[in-house]
This record gives sequence, C-alpha cells and structure tokens, in this order.
Amino acid sequence: MADEAPFQFLHNELIQYISKSTENPETEHGRNITKLENMGFRVGQGLIERMTKDTARFKDELDVMKFICKDFWTCVFKKQIDNLRTNHQGIYVLQDNKFRLLSQLSAGKQYLELAPKYLAFTCGLVRGGLSNLGVKSIVTAEVSIMPACKFQVMIQKM
Amino acid sequence: MSRQSNRTADSKKMNSELFTLTYGALVTQLCKDYENDEEVNKQLDKMGYNIGVRLIEDFLARSSIGRCQDFRETADVIAKVAFKMYLGTTPSVTNWSPAGDEFSLILENNPLVDFVELPDNHNTLIYSNLLCGVLRGALEMVQMAVDVRFVQDTLRGDNVTEIRMKFIKRIEENLPAGDE
Repeated sequence: MADEAPFQFLHNELIQYISKSTENPETEHGRNITKLENMGFRVGQGLIERMTKDTARFKDELDVMKFICKDFWTCVFKKQIDNLRTNHQGIYVLQDNKFRLLSQLSAGKQYLELAPKYLAFTCGLVRGGLSNLGVKSIVTAEVSIMPACKFQVMIQKM
Repeated sequence: MSRQSNRTADSKKMNSELFTLTYGALVTQLCKDYENDEEVNKQLDKMGYNIGVRLIEDFLARSSIGRCQDFRETADVIAKVAFKMYLGTTPSVTNWSPAGDEFSLILENNPLVDFVELPDNHNTLIYSNLLCGVLRGALEMVQMAVDVRFVQDTLRGDNVTEIRMKFIKRIEENLPAGDE
C-alpha cells in the first residue's frame, strides 16, 4: 500500500529546492522550469518502461496517446484524463479538470502565477513517457482556472 | 494478449515506483549541483525535515493515533503504522539501549533504493538520507527531539539497512510571551 502523500510532498520539495537554488529568480525562472521538466522526463522514461513491459505493441500514435490518457494518468494521478482532443496533425490537447498537483493549491485564480512550477515536472513526465514509446514531442501546459489544466502535446515528426 | 488484461493491475506498485524514480531524479540533480556528497546528504536531510513537519499532520489526521506514552510506543508506531502507510514496508525495531532511549529500525527492503546502484565515486553519499530528515521533522512536531542517522546501508555493501534513532529530549511547549 504505497501512498501518494510522499510523492506529493516530495514534488513540493523538488519545486522548493529548484526555485531556491538560484540567486536571481526572475532571469533564472526559465532555467528552473527546464530543470524540473528534465527530471520529469527521466522519471517518465523509467515509468513507461516498467508499465509497458507486458503490453501489446501500439497500433499508432493515437493508440499511444490513449494509453497515456488512461493507464499512465491513472497510474500517476489516480484518474484518467477528462478530455482528449486532436487536430489529427500531431497536436493533442489533454485536459484534466481536477489536476492532482494543483487541487490542493487553489480553486480559482489565486496563485495562478505559480502554476507553471507545478506543471513542469508533469510535462516532462509525459514527454519522457512518449519518448520511450518512440514518439518525440514538445509538451506544454496551461491553466486558466485551477485546478483544471490543459496539456498540449506537439508531436515532432522524425 | 490484449492490453486491457494488464491494465492497472499494479497501480499501487506503480505509484511507489513513481516515488522511487522521482527521488532518484532528485538525488541525481543534487549530485550535479553540489560538489561533494556531504553537501548532498545535508540537503537531503533538510528536504526530508521540511517534508516531515508537514507529513506528521497528514499522519495524525489519518491514523487517529494519539500521543505516545513512551519512546517504545513511538518506535512501534513509526515502524508498524507510519512506514507501512507511506512506504508500504514494515521495518523491525531492535537493538534497544538499556536506558530505552535508543533503538534501531532495520529495513529489509527500502523502497527508495529499488533501482539504485551507487557509483564508486559516491561512497560517502547516504542515498536515503531524506528519511532521517522526515523522521526528525515529524517527531519534532510532536515535541520530541530525536537524533536520526543511517548506520548501515545495503547500498554500501552492508547486510541490512539500519536507521539508528536516539531520543534527546522532550521539547517544552513555549507559549509566546503574553499568550494565555
């Protein structure tokens, strides 16, 4: 019975550490986000490796995205993505109406400026997961009202 | 075989892997950021402390455990309830000092180190040092000053992982001046 509290607390500390480790928060902001994203990437790679070791081969890109929305999300955040949209040209939007890492932060527009810090790790998680399934991508996130959140996945053609 | 059949069969296990992997990413980052292992150990302990002071609230709220009568009871609660709840493992409590103010937690499996191998150039790194900070921080919030450290670690070739805990003193509740 592994609990999710340790992960959440650890994630918070991660953000604290990364954003405190530099002297000038303004200019370093982008670099901090990148650092968090890279850590997420590595974790995503490891997770997907362990999750998919017994699964059948994926049919196509959409199949991979569905796996991320259902199984991967359930595994990490204990719920599925609420809405998946695509333009069928390599852009996917994953919407989570109650994103776990934001749900204890606020329910509205308060602290909105802090949201990017809390999403970077997850963006990396998704990118890392996709990368190990052979899909190269750029993942960004946007929040307009917490705790809802949209992740945009742009597939890079190889 | 269809993919559905395997779906989320192991979601609990996966979730602990998420924690393990995230912790690994953190230690890796710290090793990059700091020049020596001592600094990394210190930083891990500090972060653990920050987690501990918050985790204790979650723990007390969910376990409905009241104040411990003595250090032996504290040891039991830590091993049998807290470790089980958060890390899914139950360490054994041994090596009591005659005065009853010191004991060891023997971890048979440490979930933090599931996929870890220490490279040779990090032989003073205490990989799971976060745990010490967590224990120290959490106990401090229930008025116990405790010294926590690793004395054995399977990652460094020992047979078991042993955390030594020593009771230092009870922290008196200091009311701010002028408070009732």
